[in-house]
Amino acid sequence: MISLIVNQKTYSVDADPNMPLLWVIRDIIGLTGTKYGCGVAQCGACVVHMNGDAVRSCVTKVSRAEGKEIVTIEGLSANNDHPAQLAWQEIDVPQCGYCHSGQLMSAAVLLRDNPNPTDEDIDIAMSGNICRCGTYLRIRKAIHLAAEIQKKKTPANS
Amino acid sequence: MKQDPKIKRYHRLPLRSIGVLAAVFSIMMASLAFRTGDNGTSDGSSRLTDKKDSVASVKAFMKVYKVLISPRCMNCHPAGDAPLQGDDNHTHTMNVVRGPDGKGMYAAKCSNCHQPANAPGLHTPPGNPKWQLPPADMKMVFQGKTARQLALQIMNYNLNGHKNKEQLIEHARDTLVKAGWDMGEGRTPPPMAYADFVKTWDEWIKKGGYAPK
Repeated sequence: MISLIVNQKTYSVDADPNMPLLWVIRDIIGLTGTKYGCGVAQCGACVVHMNGDAVRSCVTKVSRAEGKEIVTIEGLSANNDHPAQLAWQEIDVPQCGYCHSGQLMSAAVLLRDNPNPTDEDIDIAMSGNICRCGTYLRIRKAIHLAAEIQKKKTPANS
Repeated sequence: MKQDPKIKRYHRLPLRSIGVLAAVFSIMMASLAFRTGDNGTSDGSSRLTDKKDSVASVKAFMKVYKVLISPRCMNCHPAGDAPLQGDDNHTHTMNVVRGPDGKGMYAAKCSNCHQPANAPGLHTPPGNPKWQLPPADMKMVFQGKTARQLALQIMNYNLNGHKNKEQLIEHARDTLVKAGWDMGEGRTPPPMAYADFVKTWDEWIKKGGYAPK
């Protein structure tokens, strides 16, 4: 049995240590917000936070995640009110929406590490998250808006 | 008091013999040390007692150079701030950058995709627990360097990650360096077996770490 902490809840899962974390999250724990895209860390649809890093869960073995804090899209905020989520809704970013769990999880790391990201910072942080609908310009716009929302929510950091 | 001449003679002869024997022994030991220098003990300090030989040192470096500029080494020692990929040294996809510590930035950290071990399958992300580029304040660029430039850079304490000769010798045994010979499916290994590389690297440094003209 492997012990995992996902969205602040502890799970004991019966899984092969080499199983991708993504399979455990989706198929064993039942949190299906995180998506399978390419399976080889090329698209970013499967991004979750592991001890605060935006790891690709399709290539991360569950054994690497043991004892670490995992956050999925379901745990990013209590009421879907993370600044990035609010901005995504405001700008109406998604088209098909499949990649946006991963997009949001990557954007959240960027906004945490850099509360005032430039276009270049956004390109650095987000270029590994592929969107076949081509919503990149709206993603960029939403991250700028999210930075503004974040500043209003946490004036001490502005 | 007068000494018995027999006793005096008895003391004189062994002293001369010991002196001669000591001299012979010293020559023998020096000769032995010279002959066995390369195969001495495994600690770096004793390996550095080799006699300097600029011709042999440069000859060894020219072999080492071919490894250093091979994709498996050079791709993580780029001239710019983005790593390279593939046997053709193309710029890493995803717009990933070095970052201050060489481990990427924001949501694009190296270890987000590069796991502690190679991922299975063709052209999937290779892995190592230490996966990173050199840090921004010590880029240790291999790309575009001539053999002379690269040799001088590696032997320069202020440009090589602050490594002395012993630490340079140990660096060839680093697990991330060794990983260059096991980068997963679809990646050509460096043009020399790892064991031969280590031996040649040692030879270059032990014989003086000379740079080609």
